[in-house]
Amino acid sequence: MIKPRSIVTAESWGQAIDRLANGSLTLLGLWGDAPNVHMATLDEAACDIAVLTYACVDGTYPSVGAKHPPALRLERAIRDLFGLDAAGSPDTRPWLDLGFWDAHHPLGAREPAQKPGAYAFLPVEGENLHQIPVGPVHAGIIEPGHFRFTANGEHVVRLEQRLGYVHKGIDSLMAGATLDTAAKLAGRTSGDSTVAYAYAFAQAVEAALQLKAPPRAVFLRALMAELERLANHFGDIGAICNDAAFALMHAQTGILRERVLRAADVCFAHRLMMDVIVPGGVTRDLTADGIAQINALLAQIRGVFPRLIELYDNTASLQDRTVTTGIVKAEYARRFGAGGYVGRASGRNFDARRDVAYAPYDKLAFEVPLRDEGDVNARVWIRICEVEQSLSLIEQILAALPAGEICVEPKANGEPSEGLGLTEAFRGDVLVWLRIGGDGRIERCHLRDASWFQWPLLETAIEGNIVADFPLCNKSFNCSYSGHDL
Amino acid sequence: MRRTLFESFARGPLTEPAPAPDRAGLAELAQSVERAARAKLGRSLSIRQVDAGSCNGCELEIHALNNAFYDLERLGFHFVASPRHADVLMVTGPVTKNMREALQRTYNATPDPKWVVAVGGCAADGGVFAGSYAVEGGVKDAVPVDLTIPGCPPSPKALLAGLLALLETAS
Repeated sequence: MIKPRSIVTAESWGQAIDRLANGSLTLLGLWGDAPNVHMATLDEAACDIAVLTYACVDGTYPSVGAKHPPALRLERAIRDLFGLDAAGSPDTRPWLDLGFWDAHHPLGAREPAQKPGAYAFLPVEGENLHQIPVGPVHAGIIEPGHFRFTANGEHVVRLEQRLGYVHKGIDSLMAGATLDTAAKLAGRTSGDSTVAYAYAFAQAVEAALQLKAPPRAVFLRALMAELERLANHFGDIGAICNDAAFALMHAQTGILRERVLRAADVCFAHRLMMDVIVPGGVTRDLTADGIAQINALLAQIRGVFPRLIELYDNTASLQDRTVTTGIVKAEYARRFGAGGYVGRASGRNFDARRDVAYAPYDKLAFEVPLRDEGDVNARVWIRICEVEQSLSLIEQILAALPAGEICVEPKANGEPSEGLGLTEAFRGDVLVWLRIGGDGRIERCHLRDASWFQWPLLETAIEGNIVADFPLCNKSFNCSYSGHDL
Repeated sequence: MRRTLFESFARGPLTEPAPAPDRAGLAELAQSVERAARAKLGRSLSIRQVDAGSCNGCELEIHALNNAFYDLERLGFHFVASPRHADVLMVTGPVTKNMREALQRTYNATPDPKWVVAVGGCAADGGVFAGSYAVEGGVKDAVPVDLTIPGCPPSPKALLAGLLALLETAS
């Protein structure tokens, strides 16, 4: 259940922090809305989502990160963007502001930028240690970010990430945008999850405007979300194996991924299904030809995928690379509220589709796979099991697809209103919170990618592993840079 | 594994014929490519991809160029890990202020003769991110651009047609 936002005193803010620290609440998000900060929390036992607001005093609020480390990077981002300080935070270094913008605090009281000093990486001391700086431009066709490894011979002693390179200022572009423009921006927050973002954005707008998408649109949204999950999981399973030099799997899953994208193109006129989900419904209906395409796709996947799973399971040289590599401790996955395969491979039993049970998943039957080894292998297996669940979900959606219209026009209701959306993207839950002005334009919209709570765990997972296993670990996480940097 | 390999062998390749070179791309390139460069490169180009702030959509489709359906390498293109090995920089994204310097350093590390291909709507003019305090207005604001491949993201076919136009002109 999503509770209405409440404005809290310093005392209640402190109590919420204590509950985060003792594990009875999970942090869902923390963002600025000058002069306030908002914090979204999840009570996993009751499946309640709450948003708390603290009105900053002299531009400061009591630090959440001081007692609950998953909030640290969020607080650093809030300071860079809004100039609001987390009082008592142990880490006051910048996070998204790398020193290239014209102004500091672009969403708060802007001040002309000054040339920053060198970024202070955390100190690492010991004999025979050396550092390996990697990025922001990497060797592969991937997003930019900087990794600073400290290694003892081949073994990684510490990895420290430096992100923010693809910060585009999405929060500022959202402010004042029409719903159409804002939906396009939401769909380009992280291209691999364009459906999940547009879905969560539409949910939030519909919650704010008290609008209901037609039943057919609701089912088509889930169809697209599952196609997106399939395409990404196929890509990831192949890419992880490829990073262990097992190219055959990469080639085979690459074919399956391409088939999914081609079916999506036939059904929704865009391979990644961008801009199809909009507030109020969807822009494109599924035709009989589209349904035939999807059925053919399901048959093709069912014909090939079981053999690929067997291949993965029976190739000892591959298992040698993935089993016991890059372990995420269950305690960390829980504390950080890690979503998606990162959390579920380390025993965190959460899936927004089941636990928040947004439509139409409340009417569909599926299992949420769970493992507790927390290694690369477990993250591969979670994906494999989720592929099977998505195939079944797509069949159920096609069987239950209601007839009728696919979109209703959203109308501004004359006064400011707020809404929250949460969807399960392939890599974990996407949170969208927004406030719409009386004129129907976005006043403030914040999008929180699952990666915020997964990136820090990658730093823990690589510790003690060899440098050569980093690509494997990194790919098994496949965190978003763009979704994180905004 | 044996069954998968035999089946691939018996089925024949999935690879599809390449599209014709993009006409608009040919016209754009005619102005920028020198004769001297053509002699040096033959019909083979090494590509370094640089993400300068994309949403990652363009990267997904660039990746797809390597799958069995498009098989980019048969046409003489090869993705390389370092700008020092590259003839072509494929740049995506609106060029964030935070990536501008890294992009320019990558460009300067690429030996001449070289070409820059701006991939996608953001790389062309900033796309939906134009006007933000955190981005430049596309790749041309940071490094000289020889060819623009539009689309959000461009499909693998559109990417192939653009790259073939480059190959036609450069070889």
